[in-house]
Amino acid sequence: MDPVILSEVQEALDRFKDKEVYVHLETTNGAYASHNNESFFSSGAYIRNAKVTYERAKITGEGPYRTGLKIPFGWVYAEGITHFEIDDKGRLLLAGHDFNGKLAVALEISETPFE
Amino acid sequence: MEKERHVLVVFPHPDDEAFGVSGTIASHVNLGTPVTYACLTLGQMGRNMGNPPFANRETLPAIRKKELKDAARAMGINDLRMLGFRDKTVEFEDENMLTNLMSSLITELNPSLVITFYPGYSVHPDHEATGAAVVRAVEKIPAADRPKLHCVAFSRNCVEEIGEPDIVYDISAVADIKLDAIRAHRSQTELMLEEMADKLKEKDPKTLAWLNNERFWTYKFS
Ligand SMILES: [Zn+2]
Repeated sequence: MDPVILSEVQEALDRFKDKEVYVHLETTNGAYASHNNESFFSSGAYIRNAKVTYERAKITGEGPYRTGLKIPFGWVYAEGITHFEIDDKGRLLLAGHDFNGKLAVALEISETPFE
Repeated sequence: MEKERHVLVVFPHPDDEAFGVSGTIASHVNLGTPVTYACLTLGQMGRNMGNPPFANRETLPAIRKKELKDAARAMGINDLRMLGFRDKTVEFEDENMLTNLMSSLITELNPSLVITFYPGYSVHPDHEATGAAVVRAVEKIPAADRPKLHCVAFSRNCVEEIGEPDIVYDISAVADIKLDAIRAHRSQTELMLEEMADKLKEKDPKTLAWLNNERFWTYKFS
């Protein structure tokens, strides 16, 4: 993955506009967060292969970045995005890595289901 | 260490075996004992991607699968079973299905020793669910016929609640193999090994004790 280049990510987001796409969205502190630090409240959320069609999408911020997808009856968004990749299957992979390089958030968009 | 007929190791994540058990596994292999490692998931939800990242959420499973095979080779395991579950979802699976899966492994392999996580004291939900499934499967066997069940525990309250481990192996004779097994899980261990390198070189007593002692609790059936 490479550090976010806004124009490239925006272009990729626009390519999926008005198409039926599969979305992977996750946030995580890691399963060991509360074990390593008892005062830490561990939380996370995960959805894989949610099928959506979005009418607009935007990546914004000063970095780490925020990304939002506007879907017919609501929104999908992620914050803390630092890296991106358009993989060999043409999927847009966005990820946020924390100060230690650990994945903290991921938002991925694909025209075919993720395995 | 007793010579076993067959050792069955059951953990949910590639690398679960590396830190606490790989020396024990290598020692059994050196005694000529067949070892089967059943690993439930590919650690798809791992958070270490390298810094700068060389992996991403979608490439991680294949990378960790290869790392797992490399680690198995380093330890001399020639029966590695990847059970095809998804990281962080084991606790949501049907408990009877998991129990039956463990029972079928035990029936097939007839191990004299089973190694897994101590349910209730192993922190990660996948560890807990895996250990619990193994315990349920072993519990179904009449007490006289059960394999030994050695469990790994590391929650903060484990010593307080289940006492000190009743088995501590000094694996220093195979420490190099253990380090190779840890190293094989490069995506997850590289950073940690970098931090540890100096301490290992200086032969820091705490680090060496951590590396060379593998601790198990014999499961207490109620
Ligand atoms: Zn684990």
